[in-house]
Amino acid sequence: MSMINYASREINCKLVYYGPGLGGKTTNLEHIYGKVSPNTRGKMISLATETERTLFFDFLPVDLGTIRGFKTRFHLYTVPGQVYYNASRKLILKGVDGIVFVADSQIERMEANVESMQNLYDNMSEYGYDLTKIPFIIQYNKRDLPNAAPIRDLQASLNPGWPVDDGVQQKVTPDPMHAGENLVDRIDNQWIGRAPYLEAVAVRGDGVFDTLKTVSKLVLKTLS
Amino acid sequence: MAGAASWSFSESDFKQIQQHLQAFLRDSNARCALLVDRTGQLVATVGEPPQFDATAFASLTAADFSANDQLAKMIGEHEFASLVHQGEKESMLLADVAKRVILVVLFDQRTTLGLVKLKGKGAVEKLNKVFEEMFNRVGAGPTAPEKGLLEGAEDEIDKLFG
Repeated sequence: MSMINYASREINCKLVYYGPGLGGKTTNLEHIYGKVSPNTRGKMISLATETERTLFFDFLPVDLGTIRGFKTRFHLYTVPGQVYYNASRKLILKGVDGIVFVADSQIERMEANVESMQNLYDNMSEYGYDLTKIPFIIQYNKRDLPNAAPIRDLQASLNPGWPVDDGVQQKVTPDPMHAGENLVDRIDNQWIGRAPYLEAVAVRGDGVFDTLKTVSKLVLKTLS
Repeated sequence: MAGAASWSFSESDFKQIQQHLQAFLRDSNARCALLVDRTGQLVATVGEPPQFDATAFASLTAADFSANDQLAKMIGEHEFASLVHQGEKESMLLADVAKRVILVVLFDQRTTLGLVKLKGKGAVEKLNKVFEEMFNRVGAGPTAPEKGLLEGAEDEIDKLFG
């Protein structure tokens, strides 16, 4: 739920990093916190257990700059990835403007990824939000690990696509980030849409800002 | 936009909100009042400027309120319309406004919880009215001012990201 404050000339948007436990959601935020100038970001709040597992959420406000004279500020949240914490995870989704699903590329975590993705769809639909209609991207994290599954397999499991019924959108839309791939495509006589995806190694910071840029841009475009 | 409804308020809405909050602070002798929306965004601050990170405070407030909402439902209550956190010197009262916004009142020993609660109730009623009118107006559609705010601003959006 983006909020536009005409009195203070601010646009505030909420981004949520979702995904299975230990997938790298908090690491994404920590990298952003460490790299962004202190003038453009606020304090990072982490509600975590003593073993540094996210209990409720991490929160980081980031100022992106000014558009049309409006200060544009994004509030980044992570959710606790562990299955156990679904009640608090769901609360964080309230009023979300854009979602980054941080998937753990390791083959062993495939099931956890799928379960978390299903949980995201379920929680969103309980709020009446349609994940196929709001800014939503997938980050395949931990690409440097030897046991990382091939992107093709991850895409097939986590981003198989959804039917595109809106006639306006039924046109082949190339994926700007991956040459030769399409975000909207006609397969077996049916129009299918997919979420944009990126690869990352969040501990090194690879792909972290590209992810943030991609989702922020999508969110701002929904306001225009 | 799809999924979650945006909302916005005009300068005159903002003035009205501030006037109600100022009157409330005067009557209750509380230090400061903040309005936070349920997603954790700070909407307004009136009274003594807070000495802490207000943005972080707002996000924690929304989480606190939402968690308590769920606790209320679990014990069979529809909601906890207000919450109190009482400290040795500093205390705070949180109250629901129009189901979308939270009024947070910070107060100390210069006043009492009873007075803050009593005057807070009146303030919430007035704020409910302002916000309900505001949401109805946004819901009406064509008058929603935010539509098209960033239209044609693609260049500026691109520039933000270098």
